[in-house]
Amino acid sequence: MRKLLSVAASATVALGLTAGIASAEDPLKVGFIYVGPISDHGWSYQHDQGRLAIEEHFGDKVETTYIESVSEGPDAERAIERLARSGHDLIFTTSFGYMNPTIKVAKRYPDVKFEHATGYKQADNVSTYGARFYEGRYIIGQIAAQVSETGTAGYIGSFPIPEVVRGINSFMLGAQSVDPDFKVKVVWVNSWYDPGREADAAKALIDQGVDIMVQHTDSPAPLQVAEERGVKGFGQASDMIKFAPNAQMTAIVDDWSAYYINRVQAVMDDTWEAGDTWGGLDKDMVVMAPYTNLPEDVAAKAAETTEAIRSGKLVPFTGPIKKQDGSVFLEEGDQATDEALLGMNFYIEGVDDQLPK
Amino acid sequence: MGALEPILLTIITASTPLLLAAMGELITERSGVLNLGVEGMMIVGAVMGFSITAMTGNPYMGVIASMFAGMMMALLFGFLTLNLMTNQVATGLALTILGLGLSGMLGEGFIGQPGIKLPVLHIPGLSEIPFLGTVLLSQDILVYISLALVAAVYYFLFKTRAGLVVRAVGDNHSSAHALGYSVLKVRYLAVLFGGACSGLAGGYLSLVYTPQWVEGMTAGRGWIALALVVFASWRPLRLLVGAYLFGAVSVLQFHAQAAGIGLPSQFMSALPYLATIVVLVIISRNLVVTRANTPACLGRPFSPDR
Repeated sequence: MRKLLSVAASATVALGLTAGIASAEDPLKVGFIYVGPISDHGWSYQHDQGRLAIEEHFGDKVETTYIESVSEGPDAERAIERLARSGHDLIFTTSFGYMNPTIKVAKRYPDVKFEHATGYKQADNVSTYGARFYEGRYIIGQIAAQVSETGTAGYIGSFPIPEVVRGINSFMLGAQSVDPDFKVKVVWVNSWYDPGREADAAKALIDQGVDIMVQHTDSPAPLQVAEERGVKGFGQASDMIKFAPNAQMTAIVDDWSAYYINRVQAVMDDTWEAGDTWGGLDKDMVVMAPYTNLPEDVAAKAAETTEAIRSGKLVPFTGPIKKQDGSVFLEEGDQATDEALLGMNFYIEGVDDQLPK
Repeated sequence: MGALEPILLTIITASTPLLLAAMGELITERSGVLNLGVEGMMIVGAVMGFSITAMTGNPYMGVIASMFAGMMMALLFGFLTLNLMTNQVATGLALTILGLGLSGMLGEGFIGQPGIKLPVLHIPGLSEIPFLGTVLLSQDILVYISLALVAAVYYFLFKTRAGLVVRAVGDNHSSAHALGYSVLKVRYLAVLFGGACSGLAGGYLSLVYTPQWVEGMTAGRGWIALALVVFASWRPLRLLVGAYLFGAVSVLQFHAQAAGIGLPSQFMSALPYLATIVVLVIISRNLVVTRANTPACLGRPFSPDR
């Protein structure tokens, strides 16, 4: 609330100023709504890095505003509307739960352009965008299977939703491409963000004999535990090497900068159109942190796989793939449709865990 | 033995912050003051512990800072509720909200920095004893403090005159006042003690549990501590049982998940709460004793002039 107020205050001040010196050289006003504090060092932090990249790239030609820790629901609609009303030309709403509020506000402000992250509802002035993080998970799966001595990785999941399930499957596809018998132990913490619980889960997994730590939660706690216990792991959302200088092998980094700069440029050039972007390594929306703490050949292979996925030569979800129950998901050579990926609610063959319903 | 030790170590880590915070709140409530701001005091303790450690390089300075920070928050609470006689429930909630916001502001510069972990204190000769020594006597100072606190609080409350005065003030502040005890002074000290313990609990989070600072890292542990006090019916030994039970179940459910027990993870996540409530309700089922333990003046303001 404190930051919300101060940002609101500065937004009003900024509004007053620009109204006073209105001229042809008005900067483009870009607004952001974040679900967490920008200091979460995870999801919202990475979106804010994208905002800063816009500021750096365009300098005086843009003016950015953000409102952080906006809960999903009625609060979101008010916050989005506030940005729209105060003359923002382009507004990024960066959490799945902002979908309906964004659509509602967009109807009332047809001249304002909206960009909603990870959603699926579009309008004439609402685009959606997301990132194929699962591409990175295929790469870390390959690394895990090569590095692991016990042949088992520990996987800390947040909630059993398609985004996370897809990640586990992709990780296993990568691992199975190296070692068909590779195992994964999955533990759900039912939270995106609780360092203590994440650390407990990591310790439990290590005590049960895993020597690779994978996480789909937002804090660096599991990696920190890995460092302490002398096992290897992967960072999530941002490069966490500082927390685990000897344990992090790479991290799957969300990088929104390129997309954000692109979209702002499109508004400036008057070429902005509503659409849906689901980019991965190819669009630099998913970036792999440097490959470290790895044998040279493994690092080289990881770089090779990264390049193959980037160029489209390798598509992680390519058949033959069977579901956990043995039924066929993809026939030999078939590739999963985006629709199948977005709604994925089953494990592939080889995952031992039972998916919570 | 080999598999059990690391599990026990994890359980101790998970239980200690709850035990510390709850033990402080127990004394506060025994004196008749309900401070719902535990979460807020904890998180300010966490951020101060982390930042002072980062600045001085000495985690013990961080421990002291976290304790001090918790006491400052408690002092504010004491001033508002004891001197100005504001509503304790509302003030406690406000203290939590204040703490969460304030800690975010104070910690802004420390995001994304790895912290320094509080070292383990080896006790020569004792720490090498198999099992008992390697589990219980190879801990950091805060674990020792938390366990010593249980004994100290028990002894203080039930075996000393000062403890009797605290309980008297909590049960009937008018009588205690009539007997010549300073109700405000006793309550101030109890509130400050509660703040110090909550601050330490926060420091434990950012210096031992997960040596890092991130906003909202207490993640509701202050509320669990509050609930533990009530379910333990304001008895220190039951509180010890409750805190360790909660810690144990929350760690063991991860082990159960990793071992592939086919129960829904949502149920497993709720298990610590269920188990702790059930067990503590069973051991406190004697209503007469429970009522006798409940501070009768809990949450009621006291003014000597009235």
